[in-house]
Amino acid sequence: MTDREIMFFVKLALFLLSVCVVGYLAYRVQSRRDGGPAKGNLVLFAPLAIMGLLFGAFVYRLTVPGETLIQSQWINKPMPLFDLPPATAGVEGLKSSQLADGRPRLVNVFASWCIPCRAEAPQLEALKAAGIPIDGIAIRDRPDDVAQFLNEVGNPFDRIGSDVQSSVQIALGSSGVPETFLIDGKGIIREQIQGVILQEQVPEIIARLEAMK
Amino acid sequence: MIAELGLALLWIAAALACLSLVAGTIYLRGGQKDLAALVRPTSVAQGVLTALAFALLIALFVRSDMSVELVARNSNSLKPMLFKVAGAWGNHEGSMLLWLTILGISGALVAIFEKRLREDTLIATLAAQAALSLGFFAFLIFSSNPFKRLPVAPPDGQGLNPLLQDPGLAFHPPTLYVGYVGLSVAFSFAVGALITREIGPAFARAMRPWVLGSWIFLTLGITAGSYWAYYELGWGGWWFWDPVENVSLIPWLAGAALLHSVAVTATRNALRAWTVMLAVIGFSMSMVGTFIVRSGLLTSVHSFAVDPERGTFLLALMAIYIGGALTLFALRAGTVAEGKKFALLSREGSLVINNLLLTTILALVLLGTLYPIVAEALGEKISVGPPYYNKVAGPLALILCLVMVAGPLLAWRKDDGQKLWARLPMAVFAGALVLVLLVIFGGRIGILPLLGMTVAGVVAVASLAPLWGRNLRRTPLPTWGMVIAHFGVAVALAGMGAESAFIKERLVAAAPGDTIKVAGYEVLFKGVRPVAGPNYTAIEGTLIATSGGASHVLKPESRMFPGLMGTAPTETNEAALLTRPGGQLYVVLGQPVAGADGADRYQLRLWWKPLVWWIWLGGALIALGAALSMLGRAQLLTLWRARRARKDRDRWK
Repeated sequence: MTDREIMFFVKLALFLLSVCVVGYLAYRVQSRRDGGPAKGNLVLFAPLAIMGLLFGAFVYRLTVPGETLIQSQWINKPMPLFDLPPATAGVEGLKSSQLADGRPRLVNVFASWCIPCRAEAPQLEALKAAGIPIDGIAIRDRPDDVAQFLNEVGNPFDRIGSDVQSSVQIALGSSGVPETFLIDGKGIIREQIQGVILQEQVPEIIARLEAMK
Repeated sequence: MIAELGLALLWIAAALACLSLVAGTIYLRGGQKDLAALVRPTSVAQGVLTALAFALLIALFVRSDMSVELVARNSNSLKPMLFKVAGAWGNHEGSMLLWLTILGISGALVAIFEKRLREDTLIATLAAQAALSLGFFAFLIFSSNPFKRLPVAPPDGQGLNPLLQDPGLAFHPPTLYVGYVGLSVAFSFAVGALITREIGPAFARAMRPWVLGSWIFLTLGITAGSYWAYYELGWGGWWFWDPVENVSLIPWLAGAALLHSVAVTATRNALRAWTVMLAVIGFSMSMVGTFIVRSGLLTSVHSFAVDPERGTFLLALMAIYIGGALTLFALRAGTVAEGKKFALLSREGSLVINNLLLTTILALVLLGTLYPIVAEALGEKISVGPPYYNKVAGPLALILCLVMVAGPLLAWRKDDGQKLWARLPMAVFAGALVLVLLVIFGGRIGILPLLGMTVAGVVAVASLAPLWGRNLRRTPLPTWGMVIAHFGVAVALAGMGAESAFIKERLVAAAPGDTIKVAGYEVLFKGVRPVAGPNYTAIEGTLIATSGGASHVLKPESRMFPGLMGTAPTETNEAALLTRPGGQLYVVLGQPVAGADGADRYQLRLWWKPLVWWIWLGGALIALGAALSMLGRAQLLTLWRARRARKDRDRWK
């Protein structure tokens, strides 16, 4: 257990203790005045019980914070069907059927206007150098801009589909750029990486794709 | 020095709250009787000192003292003065200090003005208020100190979130807070009355103006917030069922239920335990709301300072306060004698239905807001959106409005169904007329907007009925208040119905010189030019809207706020609005788009929103009605005092 967790449980215990103390005091005050416990009507305890349930949910949520990243619902499901035109001259477009050729691969969702995507380029180059096929989906982009982007940061992509309306991005359940999907040889989405692939993630990604073979 | 003085004032105020709580408790437990004399002045002093501390925080923001962490994080010396001041409460720590200030001032006002309550109940009330303050003082001082200094002062601050740099922000949060925290008075009254078992008409009459007062501010705050979201966020919607909107609506619903049930208790000495419980629920919901927003339990536009540690602290405070009050209620309410009896078809009966409907809506909104948390505990991810709320709250609200038609026309205790029917023909006729007109001319309208506008017609006429055949100058102010507030509901309802039924939207990529047609307006896009504001740069579009010979200039802006001291730059949209009697033309300037022909085009989004401003007019009327009602109650108070004084004098003769 980390210090933070220990502190949390200490606080939780203090809080439950204080609730008990307050409840007990209220009960004591009451009984002393009445010369005995009140003629209880259990219905009157209903609001207290509801509050208890509500607080239970709150405590649960504070202990187990919700996820801040929304994962795609497509994980472990086949790629949604799409057929995207080429994003720029000289690079092929992307069809979902092309993603099931037996080789595990990456599909990178990017855009020329996206600054973090530039920062990600060296890592994609490294993955490419390790022999991993990478396909791209350019989001809301123009052919000239894509060409210039590839010119500046290099082209790790075998194919790039142009998704002008973000429709494939939405179908994929991707919430932004850049995002990378790990696809096994049968065209099934196995994993989703949100945001820039970091230098230290590269070996792990290679290992995972190896494992899918 | 200012920051240190502020912190010192907070500590002293906390000590005074502690003193007031202890003195009140000892007195109530039958100890020293003179201690009662201590409670009032300490409550007043505590309120004054907290307000002073808050004034000092504002002074720090005005002087742009960047050695204070809060100022450095939330202000910038280049900001316009209004936003420097507003920056004081546009963040977690400052807004908690504002919360405490209102808590303290409410306590002080009760201590100064409340003369109708029995002495021991008043002391219990003030002690309860002091107990509330004490917990929040601990929260502020230990986990969110607004006066914390930085070891090294940065050259300038990071600025305020540009979305919040709007005159609306200067007023929306404080107004809402007054309402939110004002409900604490009702809470303390309820706790006080439960402790001394003084639950009856006198207690209800004493509590009533306080409930009305805070409910006025809640109404104004929610209305202002809705309008702010409408024009500042650039989506053109006026209610999003965002978790934070919901948690402000929930206390409002509780307040609405409470001010109707307290009327029954005050007038007929019935619904006593129920009134007390609603008073507890109202402020409890304010606290739950604050907790949800501040703990990061649910994320939303409003969630600054998401911090689980603070969340735990707030949760503990809430458990003590709400748990304590509800335990007290459970133990004591059984001993509250049953109130006077009444028939179902009576003023009381209609108010009971009103209360049941309001609390059901409250429960459903609360359920929708918290359901994602519960669902996640069961391993499922779900977000609850407008389709749920509109479906469950819409029909109930319409039924509620129909009850509102009948309620004010019924007599107390017992009434006759046929007599009620005889009072309604005009209203029914108005409703039928609206319905027929809509069906013939309205085209395809959703069922909810259609029913909404029909009910609005009925309510509009029926709400005025209590004034018919009365001498208007002799009509008491609370009656005027009720009539205006109920009429306001009709106005708002009509606005909501018309807006959702007849809205027209156009989204275009326009080049300068293009004309766009929307709902009878021809809008000419003249072009754009760069403009500079005090702390932003903007692209300002110029559009000329022509309809029936009259033309109006609209200037929507797309503003770019530079990132200050390492923060990211932010863009906001300033919509341009053209308000006409029939509705509003709403124009947003979007991103530039390069067209195939090379011309510079801009995304333009145009809406025609029929009667949309009636929604906020309705909100304002509801608040005005409540204000008149409150004034009336205060006047009653003076009359009653004068009469009692006269009686006393007569006795001595």
